[in-house]
Amino acid sequence: MLPAIEVKQVCKHFGNLHALTDIDLEIHAGEFFALLGPNGAGKTTLISIIAGLSLANSGSVNVMGHNVRTQYQQARRNLGVVPQELVFDPFFTVREVLLIQSGYYGIKENTRWVDEIIERLDLTEKANANMRALSGGMKRRVLVAQALVHKPPVIILDEPTAGVDVELRQTLWDFIKQLNQDGHTIVLTTHYLEEAETLCHRVAMLKEGKIVALDSTQNLIGKMIAGKSVRLRLLPDTLPPALQTLQISHHGGMAELRIENYAQVEFILSSLRSADVQILEMRLQQPDLEDVFVSIMRDNGNQSR
Amino acid sequence: MTGFFTLLYKELLRFWKVGFQTILAPMVSTLLYLLIFLHVLEAHVEVYPNVAYTIFLIPGLVMMAVIQNAFANASSSMIQSKISGNIVFILLSPLSYRAIFFAYILASIVRGLLVGLGVYLVTLLFFDIPLQLPFWALLFVILGSAILGALGLIAGIWADKFDQLAAFQNFIIMPLSFLSGVFYTIHSLPIAWQYLSHLNPFFYMIDGFRYGFFGVSDISPYISLLIVAICLLAISILAIRMLKTGYKLRY
Repeated sequence: MLPAIEVKQVCKHFGNLHALTDIDLEIHAGEFFALLGPNGAGKTTLISIIAGLSLANSGSVNVMGHNVRTQYQQARRNLGVVPQELVFDPFFTVREVLLIQSGYYGIKENTRWVDEIIERLDLTEKANANMRALSGGMKRRVLVAQALVHKPPVIILDEPTAGVDVELRQTLWDFIKQLNQDGHTIVLTTHYLEEAETLCHRVAMLKEGKIVALDSTQNLIGKMIAGKSVRLRLLPDTLPPALQTLQISHHGGMAELRIENYAQVEFILSSLRSADVQILEMRLQQPDLEDVFVSIMRDNGNQSR
Repeated sequence: MTGFFTLLYKELLRFWKVGFQTILAPMVSTLLYLLIFLHVLEAHVEVYPNVAYTIFLIPGLVMMAVIQNAFANASSSMIQSKISGNIVFILLSPLSYRAIFFAYILASIVRGLLVGLGVYLVTLLFFDIPLQLPFWALLFVILGSAILGALGLIAGIWADKFDQLAAFQNFIIMPLSFLSGVFYTIHSLPIAWQYLSHLNPFFYMIDGFRYGFFGVSDISPYISLLIVAICLLAISILAIRMLKTGYKLRY
């Protein structure tokens, strides 16, 4: 199937600074994809190149099969971008902004769809308010709405939840999940890794302009052997010798034991039983995307040093 | 075409919504110029036979208002969009660079013409101004405002700060328009200055425009037309090229 976004061998530098080096990335149609990385890793630069806001020094980018340079009009019709910065045009009201944006995409009559997005993003009360009069969260919603006026098959959101309150974050994600279920490809960057973990099928991690991990969210977490552990509060608080080799730490009255897989839990339980140690409290620690992120960023740092 | 018309509509709405500042204020300042020159110079000069200085001055002032406002429209719209960042909405859209160019230029022409027409209509209340060849006058006012719109677009794209735009306006546009024969005929100048005036493209706009009113001009209107048309073409090509390559817009 035609990939939604195809990035081939893309390099970008600003003077001596290599913002992106040899980026290869294919995002499939219908995916919910996260682009993660610390500040300055090149996420926004990559998004800008896909959107045509920035021009790569080499390599090529296609959106729904259209090259972003040579077939820029088709490529941009297929793409909706929510920029990271809270930008707005102070001359217009929310509804004017959305109808004007529709016109840029060649859509003459778009009132019904514009009204629908206004309603779904909870902007109805502010529809006729000037952009200047809107709070930050409201402006963010308008940015999302502006990216959707032309019903693009591919939607990129650059940190859509930065500085947004919990309630709006929920509304926003529900809406975006719905768009994904309706068949839109979603690409997002975020610093909230638990959001990426629950929403995204696949994740790419960028560091210093390079992709350092690219896999499904499950696989990435699954590969984190080091992250699995069992924390136990015991009576008496002493581990039987057979378990002492597994111990990673002991603090707050709880012993933490490393496990390779969940079958080992049975071994721990039986060892405790035969040593006549009572379990007062037990917690299974599973690695999450944040552990993966931290470990990958750290490993990669060691390699490059 | 919908994209082009939408951008044009947006550009028109942008200055229309602040019409006090974009139309009325420049009208008032131009009429103030007229009032002052009228008071100081009326008795002194007769430029063309049977054309009083005031009557000679009015088309020049109208054209100067057109020039300055056409330039201001494209340049301030572009730099404001760039600095506030909302230029991304245009850059993200599939609008072709030609559509962007023509929308900005046409909006500049409309603003220039509105201010110019406003000044002209007000002066008509007080003076009897001939308009012998309206087609010539219209042709030059449209070409002149198009050139200034394109220059404004170039300046707006080029400037990174308001400061640089102000420099462009004060050190290039203002001298060229003030020294183009708005207030005088170049035949009244020393030879060297006459020669220099011929290097100023704004001179041909104003001379040609004035020809539309009085049927006389410093040089042949056909030559002026040719020079103005060549200038417009060259400046337009430059502006379109900047938009096409994304100069200072797409990093």
